[in-house]
Amino acid sequence: MTAAFAPGTRIRVRDDWPERRGPCHIRTPHYLRGREGVVQAVLGEFPNPEDLAFARPAPRRPLYHVLFEQPPIWAEGEAGDSLLVEIFEHWLEPATPSQEAA
Amino acid sequence: MSAPARPESIALLEKFVAALAARGLVTEQEIAERQASTDRASPEIGARMVARAWRDDEYRRLLLSNGAAAAEQMGVSMTGAPPLGVLEDRPGLHHLVVCTLCSCYPRAVLGYPPHWYKSFEYRARAVREPRAVLAEWGTVLPPATQIRVVDSTADYRWMVLPMRPAGTEGWSEDQLAAIVTRDVLVGVALPRLPVTAAAE
Repeated sequence: MTAAFAPGTRIRVRDDWPERRGPCHIRTPHYLRGREGVVQAVLGEFPNPEDLAFARPAPRRPLYHVLFEQPPIWAEGEAGDSLLVEIFEHWLEPATPSQEAA
Repeated sequence: MSAPARPESIALLEKFVAALAARGLVTEQEIAERQASTDRASPEIGARMVARAWRDDEYRRLLLSNGAAAAEQMGVSMTGAPPLGVLEDRPGLHHLVVCTLCSCYPRAVLGYPPHWYKSFEYRARAVREPRAVLAEWGTVLPPATQIRVVDSTADYRWMVLPMRPAGTEGWSEDQLAAIVTRDVLVGVALPRLPVTAAAE
């Protein structure tokens, strides 16, 4: 499996809430769901923790370091401050141009 | 439900270990070795890695590109440990490490995390108001420094390579390691010169 997003790609974290559908183990923080960021690095491939946690066969998934501007997330903070977070590929989608401009 | 009484816990643990051993999943020796390496891990290891990186550009490059290999060079066994990533502070950029989801921490090179690192308060506030958190630690960043909060959410463990303070020119690795505290290695503090050294 090769990484779908190259460093520098603008992405959005899926606005998905599996915890509302039933038992799950996810490593994507709630405060980033639906948020846009930029891929900073491809960190490698790791077994999907969402399967590992339930002792299911866990396919390896690309893991990214994604950079987010910090103030828009919380509607407070200092311009220029940022958040750098590990996120698995199946949680990312390309940022759409219209939302990028908004 | 309350926890089983201590002798029951020990009996349960012994049965569990025996079951793992019977299936060939682990040996008593492997458990003893892991216990020993866990006990050896302390922030002094991370501090020595930083001190060496400050004096040795080749080691610094290795530390930033492959933290686990850099740890192995210091005699740390990284077998079975998560990959180690190292975040380099530079003029205008300061890193702060947190794990909002649990308490991921680079134990192989820093040992056990302190209690505050695992607290709800630190985990919730570090990503939202990092400047207020640093202020409470008494950590004053140089003007015009951006903060990059690194939320340790998945398979890596993260350690900070701080900037070498001015006034440490010509210092030995031991002298440098002494100013790199546990708190410096996750970015809640900056390396500080001892008062005597600063006064000289």
